[in-house]
Amino acid sequence: MTTPLPDLECDALTKRFGAATAVDNVSFTVPAGSFFSILGPSGCGKTTIMRMIAGFLEPTSGDIRIKGRSVLDVPPNKRPVNMVFQHLALFPMMNIADNIGYGLRRKGMAKPEIVRKVDEALDRIGLPGIGARRVDELSGGQKQRVAIARCMVLEPDVLLLDEPLGALDLKLREHMKVELKALQAAFDTTFVYITHDQSEALVMSDSIAVMNAGRFEQMGTARDLYYRPQTAFVAGFVGDANRWQGRVIRAEGEALEVKTDGGLILRAVSPGRTLSVGDRAEVFVRPEAIRLAENAAHVAQFDTQISGNVATILFNGAASRVIVTDASGAEIEVTLPQSGEFAHLTRGAPVHVGWSGDQGNAFAATGL
Amino acid sequence: MRAGQKLGLILLLTPLLLWLSLLIIIPHIDLFLLSLRERVGVRQYETGLANYTTILTEPLYMVTFARTAMMSILATVLTLLIAFPVSYYIAKMARGRARSVLFLMCLVPFWVSELVRTFGWMILLRESGVISGLLQWAGLAAGPVEMLYNDAAIMVGLVYTSMLFMVVPLVTTLDSLDDAVIEAGYDLGGSGPSILREIVIPHAMPGIVSGSIVVFMLSLGNYLTPTMLGGKDSLWFTQMIYSQFIVRFNWELGAAFGFMLLILSSLIVWAVLRLTGQTLEKTMG
Repeated sequence: MTTPLPDLECDALTKRFGAATAVDNVSFTVPAGSFFSILGPSGCGKTTIMRMIAGFLEPTSGDIRIKGRSVLDVPPNKRPVNMVFQHLALFPMMNIADNIGYGLRRKGMAKPEIVRKVDEALDRIGLPGIGARRVDELSGGQKQRVAIARCMVLEPDVLLLDEPLGALDLKLREHMKVELKALQAAFDTTFVYITHDQSEALVMSDSIAVMNAGRFEQMGTARDLYYRPQTAFVAGFVGDANRWQGRVIRAEGEALEVKTDGGLILRAVSPGRTLSVGDRAEVFVRPEAIRLAENAAHVAQFDTQISGNVATILFNGAASRVIVTDASGAEIEVTLPQSGEFAHLTRGAPVHVGWSGDQGNAFAATGL
Repeated sequence: MRAGQKLGLILLLTPLLLWLSLLIIIPHIDLFLLSLRERVGVRQYETGLANYTTILTEPLYMVTFARTAMMSILATVLTLLIAFPVSYYIAKMARGRARSVLFLMCLVPFWVSELVRTFGWMILLRESGVISGLLQWAGLAAGPVEMLYNDAAIMVGLVYTSMLFMVVPLVTTLDSLDDAVIEAGYDLGGSGPSILREIVIPHAMPGIVSGSIVVFMLSLGNYLTPTMLGGKDSLWFTQMIYSQFIVRFNWELGAAFGFMLLILSSLIVWAVLRLTGQTLEKTMG
């Protein structure tokens, strides 16, 4: 026996609409049973990829294989792929049981068998006994689960999810993230999830592809993308980051020293990329990688140290930030630890910030 | 409620109330009273149901009504069958400019008066008309062909006149059907006909019913089209009402005819609503 076939393979997938290229030569492989996300800003082409996999759009070139078999000439209603739509698209003219049973009826399954499968699916999603209700009697989270159950009763090889959490409120969205991951484990099906919300992708996925302007910028695990972004776009899009433009003034292999246009001197690294003295560079440093201290001695161990004053405190519970301005007026966003140490911090207070050079990611500036 | 608001409400309601009372309620009460009068002699009247018994016992009247109703139902069904694909195309397939243009094209014939439009059909269908001429020119007919003054001509005219009143409600309801719902149907294994049957038609049902009611009522009460395309003796119920009022000067029987038309057509609409499981509130709301 050879290695198991991946559930989904896209090979040099390209889609053009007239002169515009929506998806440009994208290839990826999703192993069986994994949770794969495509993360990108709106308009980057992720929905186009999804609609091509579902069969609603025909690729201009390239191939889509499901379990090793090309599905390009298979119409959407025959593909072993089902889709959870952005606004769920439950059938409002049917009750819940008929919604979930729709695909089974279309397969020509016997009535008692359908009833049994629908009940089973309702148990699986934790909503037993709601089969007779109407769609508009359910809450947002319940509809979500019904939409997933409606696809899962068909036992697809791949389940596509098109930003299904977008319409939910924040608390429910947080809850559904965990639940979706649990449902994926329970059904043991390959999920392909597209979203513009990085936290959805980071929390749920086994593997994430960051997409921009029709291309995959980087593919990897959530940790890879967060700690080792390979392009400036990924560094800026995944997680938050302070972003400076500047010029390299010293280079020792991958370790760099950069002088920003605002006059800050920073240390950064550029693993796998070559930047030499005099090059324009863009440096990203995450607010949570920066140490904040009231005493300069507490940041002495870092190779980048800046002193300044608190310009603004952005209080947001655990995600609170401080904006520090140094003497030249450059702004640095720093995570405010909620350990009580800085509870009395006020505007204008003198502070010191520092970070180690390997937390700064430098990229060649893209001519901006 | 403050006095000012009350005055505002009264002023807003006045046109509606005037319309209803002056044009609908008062004439109908008068017609009803008129229909209950029996003429027993010159300028001698009694109150009774004799006019209604005349209608129910004279087979010609009931046959004419049944014929009018059947033809109207057929016209409604034909209109629905033609208008549904048209509306589906306008609502779901046409995009942007094409959509407005198509919708406008359905509307354009209504800029011309119904009389002129019906004359148009007469020019096409009459013995010396365009179609007859074409058939002779093509050698398909030996002599002039008369296509006017039969039931098919009436049907053509009725369907043509009613089309817009079916297209508008259908486009509106089909428009409100999310494309993703249709796609979801395909995605879950549905085929074209099954999606039409299980998703599109159930969704469009309110539009189908309200369009059908309007078209049915318009056909039933149409006088011009049956008379012009079907001829004077085409046995349309409205022609009977006309002849009682105008030709025979028998307003009493004419009023009774009018009332029978109202009652019977309401019964038919009610029966259809019951059959399709719809309510007036759902279809009109």
